[in-house]
Amino acid sequence: MVRLITHNMLACHVRNCNKDNFPLIFSEVELVIRETPENLDFIRRFLPKLDWTALVDTARSLGDTTLPDEQPVEMTDDQLRALHHVLMEMHVEEGNMTCRGCGHVYPISNGIPNMLLAEHEVGR
Amino acid sequence: MSRPEEISPPEIFYGDTEASKYTSNSRIQTIQAQMTERALELLALPPDESAFLLDIGCGSGLSGEILDEEGHVWVGVDIAPSMLEVALEREVEGDLFLHDIGQGFGFRPGTFDGAISISVLQWLLNADSTSHSPSARLTRFFTTLHASLRNPSRAVFQFYPSSDDQVTMITAAAQRAGFGGGIVVDYPNSKKARKMYLCLMVGQQQPDQSRIPQGLQHEGQVDNKRDKARKRDEIQNERRRRRDDKAGQKRGKGGKVKGGQVNPKEWILKKKDLYRTRGKEGVPRDSKYTARKRRVQF
Repeated sequence: MVRLITHNMLACHVRNCNKDNFPLIFSEVELVIRETPENLDFIRRFLPKLDWTALVDTARSLGDTTLPDEQPVEMTDDQLRALHHVLMEMHVEEGNMTCRGCGHVYPISNGIPNMLLAEHEVGR
Repeated sequence: MSRPEEISPPEIFYGDTEASKYTSNSRIQTIQAQMTERALELLALPPDESAFLLDIGCGSGLSGEILDEEGHVWVGVDIAPSMLEVALEREVEGDLFLHDIGQGFGFRPGTFDGAISISVLQWLLNADSTSHSPSARLTRFFTTLHASLRNPSRAVFQFYPSSDDQVTMITAAAQRAGFGGGIVVDYPNSKKARKMYLCLMVGQQQPDQSRIPQGLQHEGQVDNKRDKARKRDEIQNERRRRRDDKAGQKRGKGGKVKGGQVNPKEWILKKKDLYRTRGKEGVPRDSKYTARKRRVQF
Protein backbone atom coordinates (compact mmCIF):
# COMPACT_ATOMS: atom_id res chain seq x y z
CA MET A 1 0.00 0.00 0.00
CA VAL A 2 2.67 2.48 -0.94
CA ARG A 3 0.75 5.44 -2.21
CA LEU A 4 2.52 8.04 -4.28
CA ILE A 5 1.77 10.66 -1.62
CA THR A 6 4.06 8.77 0.72
CA HIS A 7 6.53 7.85 -1.97
CA ASN A 8 6.89 11.53 -2.80
CA MET A 9 8.00 12.14 0.77
CA LEU A 10 10.39 9.24 0.99
CA ALA A 11 14.12 9.54 0.53
CA CYS A 12 16.83 6.97 1.09
CA HIS A 13 18.16 6.99 4.64
CA VAL A 14 21.28 4.92 4.27
CA ARG A 15 24.34 6.41 5.93
CA ASN A 16 26.16 9.06 3.89
CA CYS A 17 23.68 8.76 1.06
CA ASN A 18 22.95 12.43 0.46
CA LYS A 19 23.11 12.74 -3.31
CA ASP A 20 20.37 11.55 -5.63
CA ASN A 21 18.62 9.86 -2.74
CA PHE A 22 15.22 11.12 -3.88
CA PRO A 23 12.97 9.91 -5.40
CA LEU A 24 13.34 6.17 -5.07
CA ILE A 25 12.85 4.42 -8.38
CA PHE A 26 10.13 1.79 -8.69
CA SER A 27 10.80 -1.45 -10.51
CA GLU A 28 8.89 -4.71 -11.09
CA VAL A 29 5.79 -2.99 -9.85
CA GLU A 30 2.41 -4.53 -9.23
CA LEU A 31 -0.08 -1.70 -9.19
CA VAL A 32 -3.53 -1.70 -7.61
CA ILE A 33 -6.08 1.09 -7.91
CA ARG A 34 -8.31 1.53 -4.88
CA GLU A 35 -10.95 4.20 -4.93
CA THR A 36 -10.88 6.54 -1.97
CA PRO A 37 -13.20 9.40 -1.12
CA GLU A 38 -11.93 12.71 -2.44
CA ASN A 39 -10.63 15.35 -0.11
CA LEU A 40 -9.59 18.14 -2.45
CA ASP A 41 -8.97 20.59 0.39
CA PHE A 42 -6.36 18.27 1.81
CA ILE A 43 -4.72 17.90 -1.60
CA ARG A 44 -4.72 21.66 -2.07
CA ARG A 45 -3.03 22.18 1.29
CA PHE A 46 -0.59 19.43 0.49
CA LEU A 47 0.57 21.01 -2.78
CA PRO A 48 3.49 23.06 -1.38
CA LYS A 49 5.04 19.94 0.11
CA LEU A 50 5.03 18.00 -3.15
CA ASP A 51 8.06 17.66 -5.35
CA TRP A 52 6.25 18.02 -8.67
CA THR A 53 8.91 16.76 -11.07
CA ALA A 54 9.56 13.69 -8.95
CA LEU A 55 5.83 13.03 -8.76
CA VAL A 56 5.26 13.37 -12.50
CA ASP A 57 8.26 11.21 -13.34
CA THR A 58 7.14 8.49 -10.94
CA ALA A 59 3.54 8.62 -12.14
CA ARG A 60 4.70 8.27 -15.76
CA SER A 61 6.96 5.36 -14.88
CA LEU A 62 3.85 3.73 -13.43
CA GLY A 63 1.87 4.45 -16.59
CA ASP A 64 -0.21 7.43 -15.55
CA THR A 65 0.18 10.43 -17.84
CA THR A 66 -2.61 12.67 -16.62
CA LEU A 67 -0.32 15.16 -14.90
CA PRO A 68 1.21 18.12 -16.78
CA ASP A 69 4.99 18.63 -16.92
CA GLU A 70 4.94 21.92 -15.08
CA GLN A 71 3.02 22.44 -11.87
CA PRO A 72 0.07 24.70 -12.75
CA VAL A 73 -0.03 27.92 -10.73
CA GLU A 74 -3.77 27.63 -10.17
CA MET A 75 -5.11 24.11 -10.02
CA THR A 76 -8.53 23.49 -11.50
CA ASP A 77 -10.79 20.98 -9.82
CA ASP A 78 -10.23 18.50 -12.63
CA GLN A 79 -6.48 18.74 -12.19
CA LEU A 80 -6.89 18.28 -8.46
CA ARG A 81 -8.98 15.20 -9.12
CA ALA A 82 -6.28 13.78 -11.36
CA LEU A 83 -3.78 14.55 -8.65
CA HIS A 84 -5.98 12.85 -6.08
CA HIS A 85 -6.08 9.76 -8.26
CA VAL A 86 -2.31 9.71 -8.59
CA LEU A 87 -1.54 10.50 -4.97
CA MET A 88 -4.16 8.57 -3.06
CA GLU A 89 -5.55 5.82 -5.25
CA MET A 90 -2.51 4.25 -6.87
CA HIS A 91 -1.13 1.62 -4.52
CA VAL A 92 2.06 -0.25 -5.23
CA GLU A 93 1.55 -3.73 -3.84
CA GLU A 94 4.69 -5.53 -4.92
CA GLY A 95 8.00 -4.46 -6.36
CA ASN A 96 11.22 -2.72 -5.45
CA MET A 97 12.25 0.80 -4.68
CA THR A 98 15.83 1.55 -5.59
CA CYS A 99 17.92 4.50 -4.49
CA ARG A 100 19.76 6.13 -7.39
CA GLY A 101 22.51 7.39 -5.11
CA CYS A 102 23.68 4.31 -3.24
CA GLY A 103 21.75 1.57 -5.02
CA HIS A 104 20.04 0.30 -1.90
CA VAL A 105 16.95 -1.71 -2.76
CA TYR A 106 13.88 -1.47 -0.56
CA PRO A 107 11.68 -4.44 -1.43
CA ILE A 108 7.91 -4.05 -1.22
CA SER A 109 6.00 -7.19 -0.43
CA ASN A 110 2.32 -7.44 0.29
CA GLY A 111 2.09 -3.67 0.14
CA ILE A 112 4.61 -3.13 2.91
CA PRO A 113 8.04 -1.77 2.04
CA ASN A 114 10.90 -3.13 4.04
CA MET A 115 12.86 -0.11 5.21
CA LEU A 116 15.18 -2.01 7.55
CA LEU A 117 18.86 -1.32 7.08
CA ALA A 118 21.84 -3.50 7.78
CA GLU A 119 23.91 -2.36 10.74
CA HIS A 120 26.67 -0.77 8.64
CA GLU A 121 24.14 1.29 6.69
CA VAL A 122 22.61 2.97 9.70
CA GLY A 123 23.43 6.65 9.89
CA ARG A 124 24.55 8.39 13.04
CA MET B 1 2.58 -4.10 35.37
CA SER B 2 4.03 -6.43 32.79
CA ARG B 3 6.88 -5.14 30.73
CA PRO B 4 7.09 -6.92 27.38
CA GLU B 5 10.11 -4.84 26.38
CA GLU B 6 12.11 -6.70 29.02
CA ILE B 7 11.20 -10.09 27.58
CA SER B 8 12.38 -9.97 24.00
CA PRO B 9 12.88 -7.55 21.07
CA PRO B 10 9.65 -6.13 19.63
CA GLU B 11 9.75 -7.92 16.29
CA ILE B 12 10.08 -11.22 18.12
CA PHE B 13 7.76 -10.53 21.04
CA TYR B 14 4.95 -9.45 18.74
CA GLY B 15 4.95 -12.65 16.71
CA ASP B 16 1.84 -14.01 15.04
CA THR B 17 0.04 -15.20 18.16
CA GLU B 18 0.92 -12.19 20.30
CA ALA B 19 -0.03 -9.82 17.49
CA SER B 20 -3.51 -11.23 17.04
CA LYS B 21 -3.97 -11.57 20.81
CA TYR B 22 -2.96 -7.94 21.26
CA THR B 23 -5.30 -6.70 18.60
CA SER B 24 -8.36 -8.72 19.60
CA ASN B 25 -8.07 -7.87 23.30
CA SER B 26 -10.90 -5.45 23.97
CA ARG B 27 -9.22 -3.98 27.03
CA ILE B 28 -6.10 -3.08 25.07
CA GLN B 29 -8.31 -1.73 22.32
CA THR B 30 -10.11 0.69 24.63
CA ILE B 31 -6.93 1.82 26.37
CA GLN B 32 -5.20 2.35 23.02
CA ALA B 33 -8.17 4.28 21.71
CA GLN B 34 -8.29 6.48 24.79
CA MET B 35 -4.59 7.19 24.62
CA THR B 36 -4.74 7.94 20.92
CA GLU B 37 -7.56 10.39 21.45
CA ARG B 38 -5.68 12.06 24.25
CA ALA B 39 -2.53 12.20 22.10
CA LEU B 40 -4.51 13.80 19.30
CA GLU B 41 -5.86 16.32 21.77
CA LEU B 42 -2.31 17.14 22.87
CA LEU B 43 -1.26 17.41 19.24
CA ALA B 44 -3.56 20.45 18.97
CA LEU B 45 -4.06 20.24 15.23
CA PRO B 46 -6.20 22.91 13.58
CA PRO B 47 -9.84 21.76 13.86
CA ASP B 48 -11.77 20.33 10.89
CA GLU B 49 -8.74 19.93 8.69
CA SER B 50 -7.29 16.62 7.70
CA ALA B 51 -3.58 16.48 8.35
CA PHE B 52 -0.71 14.26 7.20
CA LEU B 53 0.43 12.39 10.30
CA LEU B 54 3.06 9.87 11.23
CA ASP B 55 2.12 7.01 13.53
CA ILE B 56 5.32 5.71 15.09
CA GLY B 57 4.97 2.09 16.08
CA CYS B 58 1.52 1.78 14.53
CA GLY B 59 1.36 -1.94 15.24
CA SER B 60 -1.88 -3.43 14.03
CA GLY B 61 -3.37 -0.02 13.37
CA LEU B 62 -5.43 0.36 16.55
CA SER B 63 -4.32 3.97 16.80
CA GLY B 64 -4.46 4.46 13.05
CA GLU B 65 -8.14 3.60 13.11
CA ILE B 66 -8.81 6.61 15.32
CA LEU B 67 -6.80 8.78 12.93
CA ASP B 68 -8.95 7.44 10.07
CA GLU B 69 -12.09 8.34 11.95
CA GLU B 70 -10.83 11.87 12.46
CA GLY B 71 -10.23 12.10 8.72
CA HIS B 72 -6.46 12.32 8.80
CA VAL B 73 -4.12 10.81 6.26
CA TRP B 74 -1.40 8.87 8.00
CA VAL B 75 1.72 6.82 7.52
CA GLY B 76 2.52 4.09 10.01
CA VAL B 77 5.86 2.53 10.79
CA ASP B 78 6.48 -0.56 12.90
CA ILE B 79 9.20 -3.12 13.33
CA ALA B 80 7.01 -6.16 13.91
CA PRO B 81 5.97 -7.80 10.61
CA SER B 82 3.23 -9.84 12.28
CA MET B 83 1.60 -6.71 13.66
CA LEU B 84 1.69 -5.11 10.21
CA GLU B 85 0.11 -8.23 8.75
CA VAL B 86 -2.76 -7.91 11.20
CA ALA B 87 -3.04 -4.26 10.20
CA LEU B 88 -3.32 -5.32 6.54
CA GLU B 89 -6.05 -7.78 7.42
CA ARG B 90 -7.92 -5.06 9.23
CA GLU B 91 -7.69 -2.91 6.10
CA VAL B 92 -6.50 0.29 7.70
CA GLU B 93 -6.26 3.31 5.44
CA GLY B 94 -2.70 4.42 6.13
CA ASP B 95 0.50 3.43 4.39
CA LEU B 96 2.50 0.92 6.39
CA PHE B 97 6.25 0.61 6.61
CA LEU B 98 8.43 -2.08 8.10
CA HIS B 99 10.93 0.15 9.80
CA ASP B 100 13.21 0.24 12.81
CA ILE B 101 12.69 3.70 14.28
CA GLY B 102 16.09 3.53 15.96
CA GLN B 103 17.65 3.62 12.49
CA GLY B 104 16.10 7.01 11.76
CA PHE B 105 13.61 8.13 9.16
CA GLY B 106 14.20 8.91 5.52
CA PHE B 107 11.30 11.28 5.08
CA ARG B 108 11.89 14.60 3.39
CA PRO B 109 12.10 17.69 5.60
CA GLY B 110 8.79 19.19 6.64
CA THR B 111 6.71 16.20 5.56
CA PHE B 112 4.39 15.65 8.49
CA ASP B 113 1.92 17.92 10.25
CA GLY B 114 2.43 15.94 13.42
CA ALA B 115 3.46 12.60 14.85
CA ILE B 116 1.92 10.35 17.46
CA SER B 117 3.25 7.24 19.08
CA ILE B 118 1.45 5.04 21.57
CA SER B 119 3.42 2.82 23.97
CA VAL B 120 6.55 2.63 21.87
CA LEU B 121 9.39 4.78 23.17
CA GLN B 122 10.26 2.41 26.00
CA TRP B 123 11.26 -0.21 23.43
CA LEU B 124 13.99 2.08 22.17
CA LEU B 125 15.73 2.00 25.53
CA ASN B 126 16.74 -1.63 25.19
CA ALA B 127 19.86 -2.81 23.47
CA ASP B 128 18.61 -5.88 21.64
CA SER B 129 21.81 -6.60 19.80
CA THR B 130 25.45 -5.92 20.55
CA SER B 131 25.61 -3.12 18.01
CA HIS B 132 22.64 -1.30 19.55
CA SER B 133 23.34 1.69 21.70
CA PRO B 134 20.11 3.10 23.15
CA SER B 135 21.39 6.65 23.40
CA ALA B 136 22.68 6.68 19.82
CA ARG B 137 19.41 5.19 18.57
CA LEU B 138 17.37 7.72 20.52
CA THR B 139 19.43 10.57 19.12
CA ARG B 140 19.16 9.26 15.57
CA PHE B 141 15.41 8.79 16.01
CA PHE B 142 14.73 12.25 17.41
CA THR B 143 16.97 14.17 14.99
CA THR B 144 15.51 12.54 11.88
CA LEU B 145 11.99 12.92 13.28
CA HIS B 146 12.62 16.58 14.02
CA ALA B 147 13.72 17.09 10.43
CA SER B 148 10.69 15.37 8.95
CA LEU B 149 8.18 17.43 10.92
CA ARG B 150 6.71 20.67 9.65
CA ASN B 151 7.44 23.95 11.40
CA PRO B 152 5.44 24.56 13.56
CA SER B 153 4.09 21.21 14.62
CA ARG B 154 4.04 18.77 17.49
CA ALA B 155 4.85 15.18 18.26
CA VAL B 156 3.15 13.36 21.12
CA PHE B 157 4.49 10.12 22.55
CA GLN B 158 2.71 8.05 25.15
CA PHE B 159 5.19 5.76 26.84
CA TYR B 160 5.80 3.64 29.92
CA PRO B 161 9.16 4.49 31.45
CA SER B 162 10.38 2.03 34.05
CA SER B 163 12.42 4.63 35.93
CA ASP B 164 13.02 8.35 36.18
CA ASP B 165 16.41 7.87 34.58
CA GLN B 166 14.69 6.70 31.42
CA VAL B 167 12.51 9.80 31.37
CA THR B 168 15.56 12.02 31.74
CA MET B 169 17.40 10.13 29.03
CA ILE B 170 14.51 10.47 26.59
CA THR B 171 13.81 14.14 27.26
CA ALA B 172 17.51 14.97 27.07
CA ALA B 173 17.80 13.23 23.69
CA ALA B 174 14.73 15.08 22.43
CA GLN B 175 16.06 18.41 23.57
CA ARG B 176 19.41 17.79 21.95
CA ALA B 177 17.59 17.10 18.69
CA GLY B 178 16.03 20.56 18.90
CA PHE B 179 12.58 19.80 20.26
CA GLY B 180 10.87 21.99 22.82
CA GLY B 181 8.13 20.83 25.16
CA GLY B 182 8.16 18.30 27.94
CA ILE B 183 6.35 15.65 29.91
CA VAL B 184 2.62 15.69 30.56
CA VAL B 185 1.38 13.32 33.25
CA ASP B 186 -2.29 12.40 33.28
CA TYR B 187 -3.82 11.31 36.60
CA PRO B 188 -0.47 11.44 38.41
CA ASN B 189 -1.92 10.14 41.66
CA SER B 190 -3.59 7.08 40.24
CA LYS B 191 -1.69 3.85 40.01
CA LYS B 192 -3.64 2.46 37.08
CA ALA B 193 -4.79 5.45 35.08
CA ARG B 194 -1.48 7.29 35.33
CA LYS B 195 -0.24 7.94 31.82
CA MET B 196 2.84 9.74 30.68
CA TYR B 197 2.98 11.73 27.49
CA LEU B 198 6.03 13.32 26.00
CA CYS B 199 4.73 16.38 24.21
CA LEU B 200 7.38 17.72 21.85
CA MET B 201 7.16 20.91 19.86
CA VAL B 202 8.93 21.91 16.68
CA GLY B 203 9.56 25.57 16.00
CA GLN B 204 7.58 28.52 17.22
CA GLN B 205 4.11 27.51 18.36
CA GLN B 206 1.01 29.66 18.32
CA PRO B 207 1.26 32.07 21.26
CA ASP B 208 -1.73 30.53 23.03
CA GLN B 209 -0.33 27.02 22.60
CA SER B 210 3.31 27.54 23.44
CA ARG B 211 2.94 26.23 26.97
CA ILE B 212 3.15 22.55 27.77
CA PRO B 213 -0.43 21.35 28.26
CA GLN B 214 -1.65 20.39 31.70
CA GLY B 215 -2.11 16.76 32.64
CA LEU B 216 -5.59 15.51 33.42
CA GLN B 217 -6.68 15.13 37.03
CA HIS B 218 -9.30 13.16 38.86
CA GLU B 219 -11.77 15.27 40.77
CA GLY B 220 -10.79 16.22 44.28
CA GLN B 221 -7.10 15.77 43.77
CA VAL B 222 -4.41 18.31 44.33
CA ASP B 223 -3.51 20.08 41.18
CA ASN B 224 -0.45 19.00 39.32
CA LYS B 225 1.82 21.93 40.02
CA ARG B 226 1.30 22.00 43.77
CA ASP B 227 1.71 18.26 43.89
CA LYS B 228 5.00 18.47 42.06
CA ALA B 229 6.22 21.31 44.30
CA ARG B 230 5.36 19.27 47.37
CA LYS B 231 7.18 16.26 46.05
CA ARG B 232 10.21 18.33 45.22
CA ASP B 233 10.24 19.71 48.78
CA GLU B 234 10.07 16.22 50.17
CA ILE B 235 12.96 15.10 48.04
CA GLN B 236 15.01 18.09 49.08
CA ASN B 237 14.28 17.42 52.73
CA GLU B 238 15.24 13.84 52.34
CA ARG B 239 18.52 14.84 50.76
CA ARG B 240 19.22 17.17 53.66
CA ARG B 241 18.36 14.46 56.13
CA ARG B 242 20.66 12.02 54.46
CA ARG B 243 23.42 14.58 54.47
CA ASP B 244 22.85 15.26 58.14
CA ASP B 245 22.88 11.56 58.87
CA LYS B 246 26.18 11.15 57.11
CA ALA B 247 27.68 14.11 58.92
CA GLY B 248 26.48 12.67 62.21
CA GLN B 249 28.08 9.34 61.45
CA LYS B 250 31.38 10.99 60.73
CA ARG B 251 31.32 12.96 63.94
CA GLY B 252 31.30 10.02 66.29
CA LYS B 253 31.07 6.27 65.91
CA GLY B 254 27.73 5.08 67.15
CA GLY B 255 27.41 8.21 69.20
CA LYS B 256 24.56 9.52 67.16
CA VAL B 257 21.91 8.83 69.72
CA LYS B 258 23.86 8.96 72.91
CA GLY B 259 26.17 11.67 71.68
CA GLY B 260 23.90 14.22 73.19
CA GLN B 261 22.99 16.29 70.12
CA VAL B 262 19.80 14.42 69.24
CA ASN B 263 17.41 13.01 71.75
CA PRO B 264 16.09 9.52 71.10
CA LYS B 265 12.49 10.54 70.58
CA GLU B 266 13.35 13.08 67.93
CA TRP B 267 15.60 10.60 66.23
CA ILE B 268 12.90 7.94 66.10
CA LEU B 269 10.32 10.43 64.85
CA LYS B 270 12.71 11.52 62.17
CA LYS B 271 13.35 7.96 61.08
CA LYS B 272 9.65 7.16 60.95
CA ASP B 273 9.04 10.28 58.94
CA LEU B 274 11.76 9.26 56.52
CA TYR B 275 10.24 5.80 56.07
CA ARG B 276 6.85 7.36 55.41
CA THR B 277 8.23 9.68 52.73
CA ARG B 278 9.93 6.72 51.15
CA GLY B 279 6.59 4.99 51.08
CA LYS B 280 7.53 2.14 53.39
CA GLU B 281 4.51 0.25 54.64
CA GLY B 282 3.66 -0.57 58.22
CA VAL B 283 5.39 2.34 59.92
CA PRO B 284 3.74 2.63 63.37
CA ARG B 285 1.70 5.70 64.20
CA ASP B 286 3.23 8.47 66.31
CA SER B 287 1.75 8.74 69.78
CA LYS B 288 2.72 9.87 73.25
CA TYR B 289 4.19 6.39 73.83
CA THR B 290 6.58 6.73 70.92
CA ALA B 291 10.18 6.16 71.99
CA ARG B 292 9.24 5.44 75.60
CA LYS B 293 10.91 2.62 77.41
CA ARG B 294 8.81 -0.42 78.21
CA ARG B 295 7.87 -0.75 81.84
CA VAL B 296 9.79 -3.52 83.60
CA GLN B 297 7.44 -6.46 83.93
CA PHE B 298 7.66 -9.32 86.43
